[in-house]
Amino acid sequence: MLKELLEVIAKSLVDHPMDVSVNEIEGEQSVILELRVAQEDMGKVIGKQGRIAKAIRTVVKAAATRENKRVIVEILQ
Amino acid sequence: MRKSVEKTGKTVNDAINAALLELGLKREQVDVYVIDEGNRGLFGIIGSKVARVRVTQKETSEDRAREFLSNIFEKMNLDVTIKIEEKDNLLHIVLFGENMGILIGRRGETLDALQYLTSLVVNRGENEYVRVYIDTENYRMKREETLVKLANRLADRVLKYRRSITLEPMNPYERRIIHSTLQNNKMVTTYSIGEEPNRKVVIAVNSRRRVEM
Repeated sequence: MLKELLEVIAKSLVDHPMDVSVNEIEGEQSVILELRVAQEDMGKVIGKQGRIAKAIRTVVKAAATRENKRVIVEILQ
Repeated sequence: MRKSVEKTGKTVNDAINAALLELGLKREQVDVYVIDEGNRGLFGIIGSKVARVRVTQKETSEDRAREFLSNIFEKMNLDVTIKIEEKDNLLHIVLFGENMGILIGRRGETLDALQYLTSLVVNRGENEYVRVYIDTENYRMKREETLVKLANRLADRVLKYRRSITLEPMNPYERRIIHSTLQNNKMVTTYSIGEEPNRKVVIAVNSRRRVEM
């Protein structure tokens, strides 16, 4: 669910939604989500001073709290 | 919901006009897809074919916001009713449901994030800027009341002890509430220090006024 949530958010923000992919690495108490987007869309998911990335992480973390999990969102080049 | 209708007419324009009439919309509010351009035929008799168009209401800011938010809530397994009012380039969104605390977050952090992301989605590729405001359970109004009270109380303390007070870090919206609350208080002055996201408001004795007196 967290993976799909991150996908939905990222796809709504970028110009190339087809190039959005999320890899989920599930641990016992934590989940790592690796987000990949097209190179020219990097700014669309990071933003000035990481403002967009921070907002994305905040929403995903809120969802994770519901599932009693810790989530780490990594944006990969 | 986006309305859509398929219509025929002697010409493409006739078909479009018929569709607009049925939808009750203006030309600039719709997208037109011409299915068949039609053909008047010879002398308007032999081989004549009617024009056929599909006319669909354009996606509005409201549609975009609603779609984005309902997708998010679906993935979060939250049952949320989304109420949207649009007025003067402002989308006023109110969320109803259980577990709204999750969507508010610590000091409204999650609500602010949702509001910011929604405004990005709504304004993507658009010329005219639409402001997005999201609230639930009157959180923003209550928070504003709290901040106004806090500002006035701290201003009194600043005057009593003749010492500046630095507040907790706040977002621009909350800092503005503090500034505007004390704007007309001639005894104190306010300003912000530090960098985002740790920018804080300082309330200080208005020294200029002291000199004037």
